[in-house]
Amino acid sequence: METIKDPVLRLKDVCISYTAGTMAVKHVSADIEKNSITAIMGPSGCGKSTLLRAINRMHELYKNIRVTGEILLGGENVLQMEPMEERRKIGMVFQRPNPFPTMNIYDNVLAGYLLNGIRLSKSQKDDIVERHLRGVALWDEVKDSLTKRGTFLSGGQQQRLCIARALALQPDVLLMDEPTSALDPIATKHIESLMDNLKKEVTILIVTHNMGQAMRISDRSMFMFLGELVEYDKTNVLFEHPRDERTRSYLTGKMG
Amino acid sequence: MQDKLFRSCLFLSAIVIPLIGGGILLSLTADASGAFETFGFWHFICSDQWVTTAGQENYGALPFITGTLLTTLLALLLCIPFSLPVALFTGEYFRGRKIATVLGTVTDLLAGIPSIIYGLWGFYVLRGVFMHLGLSPQGSGILTASFVLSIMIVPYAASLSAEFIKMVPSDLKEAAYAIGATRAEVIRRVIFPVAGPGIFSAYILAIGRALGETMTVTMLIGNTNQLPDTLRTTGNTMASIIANQFGEADGLKLSSLIAIGLLLFLITAVINMIGKLLIQRARHV
Repeated sequence: METIKDPVLRLKDVCISYTAGTMAVKHVSADIEKNSITAIMGPSGCGKSTLLRAINRMHELYKNIRVTGEILLGGENVLQMEPMEERRKIGMVFQRPNPFPTMNIYDNVLAGYLLNGIRLSKSQKDDIVERHLRGVALWDEVKDSLTKRGTFLSGGQQQRLCIARALALQPDVLLMDEPTSALDPIATKHIESLMDNLKKEVTILIVTHNMGQAMRISDRSMFMFLGELVEYDKTNVLFEHPRDERTRSYLTGKMG
Repeated sequence: MQDKLFRSCLFLSAIVIPLIGGGILLSLTADASGAFETFGFWHFICSDQWVTTAGQENYGALPFITGTLLTTLLALLLCIPFSLPVALFTGEYFRGRKIATVLGTVTDLLAGIPSIIYGLWGFYVLRGVFMHLGLSPQGSGILTASFVLSIMIVPYAASLSAEFIKMVPSDLKEAAYAIGATRAEVIRRVIFPVAGPGIFSAYILAIGRALGETMTVTMLIGNTNQLPDTLRTTGNTMASIIANQFGEADGLKLSSLIAIGLLLFLITAVINMIGKLLIQRARHV
């Protein structure tokens, strides 16, 4: 594939192991283009979520998981940065919507600031909340109920709230770990339709095992299999002319 | 046929316990009625008299109700700084590690120590320390009893709190970490708010334990039948006055002691019921 000029994120020889001796992710290297959407596909257990979670160092919350190699954000190795600071630059949206149940909608959007003890004026807060709820097309639906708990919303609304929460800190990269797998088709469509707009502000990496979704929304796609990055190319190229036999059989439904 | 027989046997055995419970309540009520009739129910609760002289007998439960509530409340307050860190260590910081199991088990062992041992330790060790520190003139009293009580209820509060802390969904914690929160912030802003109702109910159940504790308190509280005016003074709880005096009591005095027992029974039952109810509700969140 062509080289990516000025990548925002570079993975260099990333290896991840849960138990010593067995690698869940094997020697993955890839450059991620700024303001693009990159889909990571592959069958269950191929290491796609494991790779994604290494980028914002979620693995460090659990013992025994080892990540080696380099993950460069704007030239700096995130594996050597202060994790709290690094995670603010790399936001994450999870598989199941997880707004904080004890916070209202307004505070959920601001959670990144509240948790980090960053003081904001009332007008700054109002501005951040409105801007980011508009960004995920949730503002019109919740503007009269900002003081209600986030858990009162529907699943799709909750997930959009979680996207707003991640984007409120203005990260450089947004990681999405199968963000629509717990949602119904309409809510899924709603989120997919947002993403084209979101990539103007942030570079998106999305893990999905839904090939149709990868085809619809992504600029580039990775195919992973058994921990290996098998193929990485522009999405239309990868789908139309897969070079590797394994990619081809995955895309034609012979494997998955 | 055999099945039916087995069922009836089970039923008979099972019904014995509720019957005994009801019987206890009935006989307590029957024996307490003498005191309530002589002094009046509310007057008995609100009176601080305890005159045993024949002919001038006058009994009231207020000093003992106060003693019980005061020691329990104080024990609860003193127990928080010990039990909450243990719960956080076993339920969050060292969750799943060996050290958490060790810490949890050792804490649980505290629950298995007979209360007489706590009483002895309090009497021979702690009393001296408290006198030396000037916390209490005689060493024994409300404060001493409460302190030992607080250690005794730590295992109940800690293990149940840890259970609720463990129940906080990991995706909520990850969500907080993912926006750059530190562990302390995750505990303060996510774990405590989410596990809060459960932790609260754990402390209610711990209170239930403290209310009825008899032996330790009897050994350490000083056993005086007056309304305690400071925490340094001696007093008596509902349980300790009964333990101290029932042996030589008869007539109206015995009836008064039984009436205090009935009141304690009711208070403890209500607190335990509230605690259980809250735990059920917290588990469903």
